Amino acid sequence: MMEIPMLRFLGRHALSSVHGLGGFALFMARAFAAIPGARRLFRRFVRAGHEQGVRCLPVILIVGLFTGLVLGLQGYYVLNRFGSEGLLGTLVSLTLVRELGPVLAALMLVGQAGSALAAELGIQRNSEQIAALDTMGVNSHAYLISPRLLAALFAYPMQTALFVSVGLLGGALSGSLLLGLAPGVYWSAVERALDPRDMAECFTKAGVFGLLTISLCAYHGFHTHRLRGVTGARAVSAATTRAVVQSSILVLCADYVITSFFV
Amino acid sequence: MPDLLLRAEGVHKRFGDLVVLAGADLEVPRGSVVSVLGRSGTGKSVFLKCLAGVLAPESGQVCFDGQTLDTTTRESFRRRCGYLFQNNALFDSLTALENVALPLEQTTDLPDREVRERALEALRQLGLQDHRDRHPGELSGGMQKRLALARAIVTRPELVLFDEPTAGLDPLRRNAVFTMIAKYQRQFGFTAVIVTHDVAEALVVSDRVALLDNGRMRFEGTPGAFSASADTVVRGFRDSAAALGNTVSALRRGEQAPFEDP
Repeated sequence: MMEIPMLRFLGRHALSSVHGLGGFALFMARAFAAIPGARRLFRRFVRAGHEQGVRCLPVILIVGLFTGLVLGLQGYYVLNRFGSEGLLGTLVSLTLVRELGPVLAALMLVGQAGSALAAELGIQRNSEQIAALDTMGVNSHAYLISPRLLAALFAYPMQTALFVSVGLLGGALSGSLLLGLAPGVYWSAVERALDPRDMAECFTKAGVFGLLTISLCAYHGFHTHRLRGVTGARAVSAATTRAVVQSSILVLCADYVITSFFV
Repeated sequence: MPDLLLRAEGVHKRFGDLVVLAGADLEVPRGSVVSVLGRSGTGKSVFLKCLAGVLAPESGQVCFDGQTLDTTTRESFRRRCGYLFQNNALFDSLTALENVALPLEQTTDLPDREVRERALEALRQLGLQDHRDRHPGELSGGMQKRLALARAIVTRPELVLFDEPTAGLDPLRRNAVFTMIAKYQRQFGFTAVIVTHDVAEALVVSDRVALLDNGRMRFEGTPGAFSASADTVVRGFRDSAAALGNTVSALRRGEQAPFEDP
């Protein structure tokens, strides 16, 4: 008899998860379907690009630089044991381009732009601003979501490229300035290590992460009113937390899936 | 037979086990001001949202200009209808001008210059031209209300729905809001449906009055008929100030008085 409550519990959560996935898929589909009919989309796209691009620049540059610096230090001491310091550029570039660049940049963007988006939409939902759009006959998906998704497709790859560039510079600073590796050795290793396939992997990941995380953050913020047991400011807080946590997990899961296609 | 712009028939709405509307009807003649009165929590705002198509009723229908509102007609209806939210629902990240321009930008193909001119004209008509670059948070409560009205009427709608426009306002501001509605209703010629608690003011500005009670319209008629009605619920609502005086006098005399938990 004990199994029945357990089965009920599992069944309820399984159904709820499937329902949530369906809702998320529909939400994304609506946002994309709204693009052709969206009015003055470019203006909103530029504003969203500013939110995900310019505003997130400092954190991308700082985290990218220190990631490169640490990779340079750690890599140099590991390679030095085998007398292969000359491969430092290879190690830093492949690590950054294939994995750390897209993943860390996406996590930073989730933390800054994604959380801000979820909170903004949650507040707009609570203060009936989204309902106001509906009463005006404005497609709220086209106005609020579509430009952000389009912007993510551009902003994430660009931010990732910056992250990787600054990271490579950080690796060079560690290896050359601090540890004495010749800059030419480092940069020529970088040049030899990277091929177009690595770049394709990097930008594919960045684009997919951008699309998934911005959609998920928007989804949670947009549906703040559907959260059970919490209302008002606590609902906004809960929606933002969910958005950031789930997006971060989604980035790592999607990273594994995309990597398995490229290796 | 009056020329009806809006008609609601048998509107039912429930949230889980809670039945909010149990067959509410309303007739709104073109060019008139109709007030929907009722106690707090009787579902007046829900009824208004059903009229606006923000909430979908479980059964019943809403007809606008002879057409039943459904998924095919709702979008065109929304473009002919303005809605003033209780809390104004202004976009706090946009300036006053951007707030008013928003419905024009997003629902019409007007060029940017004309959008701006029409938004400025709406601000000017409501005395907000000097505040066009301010954000809603920088405006007083009354100005925010006027800004919300400017946004609601900038598309020149035929119908404007007001959701408790005077909630939380002192008597002077309450009068000012009702005066504003009466003035602009005459000026722009729209039809208005006002959901409110304020009986005295509603009777003055309205052409028709309806009283929502237990999910249905208990009364629907002219302000004169409302004032003369012998219905117990109508009388209780209409004569609440006198009833309060009697109750308090009885309490002061040390007598038992009927007391209802608010």
